[in-house]
Amino acid sequence: MISWISRILVPMIVSYIVGFGMLSRRPVFDDFLAGAKDGLQTVIRIVPTLTGLMTAVGVLRASGFLDALTIWLAVPAAWLHVPSPLIPLTLVRLISNSAATGLVLDIFTRYGPDSFLGMAASIIMSCTETVFYCISIYFGSVHVTKTRYVLPGAMLATAAGIAASIAIAFFIS
Amino acid sequence: MLNYLWGFMILTGMLWGIANNNLEAVTKGLLDSSAEAITLGITMAGIMAFWSGILEVGNRAGLIEWLSKRLGPVLSFLFPDIEEDHPARLPIAVNIVANMLGLGMAATPAGLEAMKLLQQERGSREEPDRASDNMCTFLIINISSLQLVPVSMIAYRSQYGSVDPAAVLGPALLATGCSTLAAVIFCKLMALKRAVRRR
Repeated sequence: MISWISRILVPMIVSYIVGFGMLSRRPVFDDFLAGAKDGLQTVIRIVPTLTGLMTAVGVLRASGFLDALTIWLAVPAAWLHVPSPLIPLTLVRLISNSAATGLVLDIFTRYGPDSFLGMAASIIMSCTETVFYCISIYFGSVHVTKTRYVLPGAMLATAAGIAASIAIAFFIS
Repeated sequence: MLNYLWGFMILTGMLWGIANNNLEAVTKGLLDSSAEAITLGITMAGIMAFWSGILEVGNRAGLIEWLSKRLGPVLSFLFPDIEEDHPARLPIAVNIVANMLGLGMAATPAGLEAMKLLQQERGSREEPDRASDNMCTFLIINISSLQLVPVSMIAYRSQYGSVDPAAVLGPALLATGCSTLAAVIFCKLMALKRAVRRR
């Protein structure tokens, strides 16, 4: 069932959107080109960020720091039932999307994207958000400083997503 | 935030390399990963361009507005005290739909607009620097992640040699469902707590 969804989701969305555009009598290819151009600009915009953060992760990896961190975190990781290479990822994920991407790519290089860890990291990135960043831009925009139960709620949702990611990755790999 | 994080990562790596006397490896890691970032950018450009193109087709055909209007029952369930004609209703719906489609560029402006309208419409006896109930619900649902197709993840997986890059889609959908469900239950419990206290 899960792999069936994986297989049909992209073709389904693509044909739905193109069909929707044609039924609305839009020049679909012209619209596509405009969007594709924006997409390329987005890539150009994120490449410097990616370079900076992938290099930072590369330096941490090469210096041996990430290995040491994984060993230090083994005890709390075992207690939380989270594989220790995923702990730095889940912490950084709360703050920065691109820094977390750097860590995910490091996991892909070390263990492979189809391994249990690679799959768990892929799912975690797909079902969580940068909690602190979102709270600060949304509340900052309306000058709200008393955020009440937003942080606990957001952390609970994130924890549920991470727990589900690890369980699903364990189940399918 | 990222300035400190990045600086901390670079300096920790350097100091750790000095302490463990493997600065050669650190230098090599630095050169290799910066080159790798460019390779990754080039190879993922294709799928990112295609996906943005497809989303723009939907966007210009009015897909976001069309789906937002069909979100009525969901909004009434999540925000029972926001009436049908409340001005914040549309931007909230647009934000949710754009997030589901992975259109971050459309989601954020709509979300900020929704926050602004929620702020304007609240009662005058409430403190303006304290988040309202609806703001809390909106933001928690938003942060629970709603994205249906994590397209950049597929691009990264395929670049790093996955035999089935799209295999993440079904699991991601399921996990996103779990996190959003947890968020909805949490918000409903908070509303229940308020109702009990008010009585």
